[in-house]
Amino acid sequence: MEKLAALGRLGLEIIASLGRSGRFLAGVLGGVSKPSVAFPLLVKQLYSIGVLSLAIIVVSGLFIGMVLGLQGYTILSDYGSEAAVGQMIALTLVRELGPVVTALLFAGRAGSALTAEIGLMKTTEQLSSMEMMGVDPLRRVIAPRLWAGFIAVPVLAAVFSVVGIWGGMLVGVEWLGVFEGSFWGNMQASVSFTSDVLNGVIKSVVFGFVCSWIAVYQGYDCVPTSEGISSATTKTVVYSSLAVLGLDFVLTAVMFGDF
Amino acid sequence: MAQRTTEVIVGLFMIAGIAAMMFLALQVSGLTPKAPESSYTLYANFNDAGGLTPRARVSMAGVTVGSIREISLNKETFQARVVIDVNGSVDNIPADSAAVIRTSGLLGEQYIDISVGGDTESLDDGDTFYSTQSAMNLERMISNFASGQ
Repeated sequence: MEKLAALGRLGLEIIASLGRSGRFLAGVLGGVSKPSVAFPLLVKQLYSIGVLSLAIIVVSGLFIGMVLGLQGYTILSDYGSEAAVGQMIALTLVRELGPVVTALLFAGRAGSALTAEIGLMKTTEQLSSMEMMGVDPLRRVIAPRLWAGFIAVPVLAAVFSVVGIWGGMLVGVEWLGVFEGSFWGNMQASVSFTSDVLNGVIKSVVFGFVCSWIAVYQGYDCVPTSEGISSATTKTVVYSSLAVLGLDFVLTAVMFGDF
Repeated sequence: MAQRTTEVIVGLFMIAGIAAMMFLALQVSGLTPKAPESSYTLYANFNDAGGLTPRARVSMAGVTVGSIREISLNKETFQARVVIDVNGSVDNIPADSAAVIRTSGLLGEQYIDISVGGDTESLDDGDTFYSTQSAMNLERMISNFASGQ
């Protein structure tokens, strides 16, 4: 009976947390600030969330593209169709790896930092003192971070895909000697802008929104102790990764599945 | 950091994103293929272009000398009209050479192989190949064989 009660408490806690995060999101998106106030805050967050994540995105994209080029060449050359390596790299990156890996890296690089920052603000009662001064912390602190993540992830994903394709070309064309015309020709013949590139962008927009939402909510909702911050940071990374991978399957099924 | 510097860097970041999208649109999904530099144009008419695709390679003796620009249907002869860009450095293809569609490997992509002739005249910009050989069609070969032709 005690265990049943514990299970019930857990269920109630999960549902309550989902409800709180929904109300939190409505509060953040509902409060519209003056552009003159909000814009500098947004730019500052775009810098710390987006620009500073560029390094890890570019390096990961380059190496993932190079590995795809190597692996694809090894497999495809068995069938004499190594020229298809370009289309394989491009489709893999644009449809799947670009949005997904970018979102996972974003959750680890920027999401955890967001949670820790907001969590520490809450723990040191900066958020409550803002409220005392009549400044809405949702508008002042949370909203710029949420929007910055929402904007930054699609940009980072596009950069990731491009760098990856370039890395794949480096290995495939420059190193292994696939003819450049077939590399790009096969790619252009098989990648369609609307169904591949734009669907990839939609994916990264969704992932960016979910990752930043989870990050700022976990920070805002954390238990205001040092332990609470550390567990909230862990939760951000774990929940973001699971949400991205789960949503990726759902989105792929909706976009590319034939049913 | 000064607000202005941050704004400039973020502006560059957004431009990088837009440039990446442009690259994905133009180069990866091929909305407008870029023109190759220093080349001349030849034409070839095929009865069956098979699985030939634009930007596929054109080779002589196994060496790549150009690429296919476009493939269209000639509405008068109902043949496939293939526009070929040949590198400017290869300017002495004999005029009686033949364009042959071949497949690289068993499952590979199709390409055009220029089978070299013996004429002293050479093909110039805008010329058409005198003789061509269409893509090998396995189904047609089998059905011809089965019907004893």
